[in-house]
Amino acid sequence: MSTFDVVVIGAGPSGITAALTAANRGLRTALIDEQLSPGGQIYRNVDAVDNGMQTILGPEYLHGRTLTTRLQHSTVTRIQGASVWQISDDLEIAYLQAGVSKTLSARHLILATGAMERPSPMPGWTLPGVMNAGAAQIMMKTAAAVPSGDVVLVGDGPLLLLVGKQLLDAGASIKGLIQTSPIAQAGKAMRHLPKALLAPGYLIKGLRLLTHLRAGRVPFFRTDEAVNILGSDRVRGVSFIHKGQRIELTVDTVLLHHGVIPNVQITRMLRLEHRWDVDQQTWKPCCDGHGRSSNPSITICGDGAGIAGALAAEASGAIAGLDACFALGNLSEGERQKLVRRPARAHRRQLRIRPFLDTLYRAPEWLSAPLDETVVCRCEEVTAGQIREMARLGCKGPNQTKFFSRSGMGPCQGRMCGLTVSSILAAENGVSIEETGYYRIRPPLKPIPLLALSQARVARSAGTERNSQPNEDPTHE
Amino acid sequence: MFKLIESDAPQRRRICEIFVDGEPCQAMIGEPLAAALLKANCVPMRYTPVSGAPRAPLCMMGVCFECLVEVDGTPNVQACATPVREGMHVRLIHGARSIGQLGGAAQ
Ligand code: FES
Repeated sequence: MSTFDVVVIGAGPSGITAALTAANRGLRTALIDEQLSPGGQIYRNVDAVDNGMQTILGPEYLHGRTLTTRLQHSTVTRIQGASVWQISDDLEIAYLQAGVSKTLSARHLILATGAMERPSPMPGWTLPGVMNAGAAQIMMKTAAAVPSGDVVLVGDGPLLLLVGKQLLDAGASIKGLIQTSPIAQAGKAMRHLPKALLAPGYLIKGLRLLTHLRAGRVPFFRTDEAVNILGSDRVRGVSFIHKGQRIELTVDTVLLHHGVIPNVQITRMLRLEHRWDVDQQTWKPCCDGHGRSSNPSITICGDGAGIAGALAAEASGAIAGLDACFALGNLSEGERQKLVRRPARAHRRQLRIRPFLDTLYRAPEWLSAPLDETVVCRCEEVTAGQIREMARLGCKGPNQTKFFSRSGMGPCQGRMCGLTVSSILAAENGVSIEETGYYRIRPPLKPIPLLALSQARVARSAGTERNSQPNEDPTHE
Repeated sequence: MFKLIESDAPQRRRICEIFVDGEPCQAMIGEPLAAALLKANCVPMRYTPVSGAPRAPLCMMGVCFECLVEVDGTPNVQACATPVREGMHVRLIHGARSIGQLGGAAQ
């Protein structure tokens, strides 16, 4: 098994920068990533994107190439197309690549596993034709494709507006944008405006997006209640209350977006400490100013440590890379202090916009308290009503409701329902969400074929260097 | 459910053929299989094992597991995380599997 000084998981902006920082200081560094090419979701497929798509996705997307190019010319060992499924206490990392399980070990681990879109449970959200807005953007990035029928966007936040603009430019037919953030938030956000003005360029960009959508004649709606998504075998339309009136739109595709949240699957599996972030309404791992987690051998960077955006992620990757160097004795405290100054300043500048955005686009209350009949756990088809019923029967936390209803036990392992189930239980039991807790996440982090698992075991007990052998034939069950 | 955008920029799109439930279907090499299936209008893409409810990809980034299909005999593969290869055999999943149905059946 190969041993590296630093192993970074996730090749988005923060992971790439973290790996480059460590490698540039002479540390043996590996970067493991699920995709076949680096960039993360934000710069997904940036090196091979369709030519026609480049202008639509714009310079902020193409900026990712500066990172992938630097990575290409570095000494970082790149392991693409690899899903990490287990990490042991002594930082032995098992991953599945082309159907074969391999391992490597790290002296220090950096997690850069990024964010996911906040799940948007509402009636009908399991219907085919409903997608996350970010998913539609991934369709543009990886497949140069846009929805072929009529589209409605539901939710709020910078990404929703950006995706709306890009879809419009790419020739999609947008029938409306239904904003869901409570209107009272706009007033509250104003407090944070002065600070937001100091953040580079964000407000101007936001205003441009809005004007662009209005110029494109996209009708804007606003609702204070859950949107009903209609259809039986696939989406047929949406129905919602706008200014006291019920409106129905006939559409083929519904794109949902309520901001992004840290993907805590791996940090939960590692039993790192987490806390509830009231402003961002999400869990995040507890870290010190350098990204060091509650485990001294693990540093976390990028949106996985708390939502701050792609440019902040780049800076936080550099900070995390230096932290790993420091942890391994490659840097003295004094040297680190000097080197961290620049990325720390860049990071702070990017963070100035957050209080404004987090307040303005706060997810509506109804999202964390869905109507009884709404499916919350999509895999096992458990409804909000069933979770409430279990709370009334005495379930205190999500691991109990999991036991009784299988919610959180399907293939997604709670990624899609964890936040909602804990919120419902907290509200129903009248206790805080911290007290309610979260699912206990166990390996394998991603499903792994039994054959690969058995081979992994053999490799370990026999002490053989299985991962140095060329790929065997991908497994068949 | 999705269409390729029109563009006059010169392209390097490499088209290949894959098979969906035995039917030939065009796709671009390297694009996520789920994207190819959405462009080929394979919607619903699967029916759930619990109630047989229709589903299609939600996240396209590996977290929702709504895109599970069978690829070259391997069941429950995330189509959004699987790049298209020439000639791959895909089977859509209709409900729960039963005994006797186990094992690769794509060929
Ligand atoms: S579409 Fe969500 S995991 Fe594939």
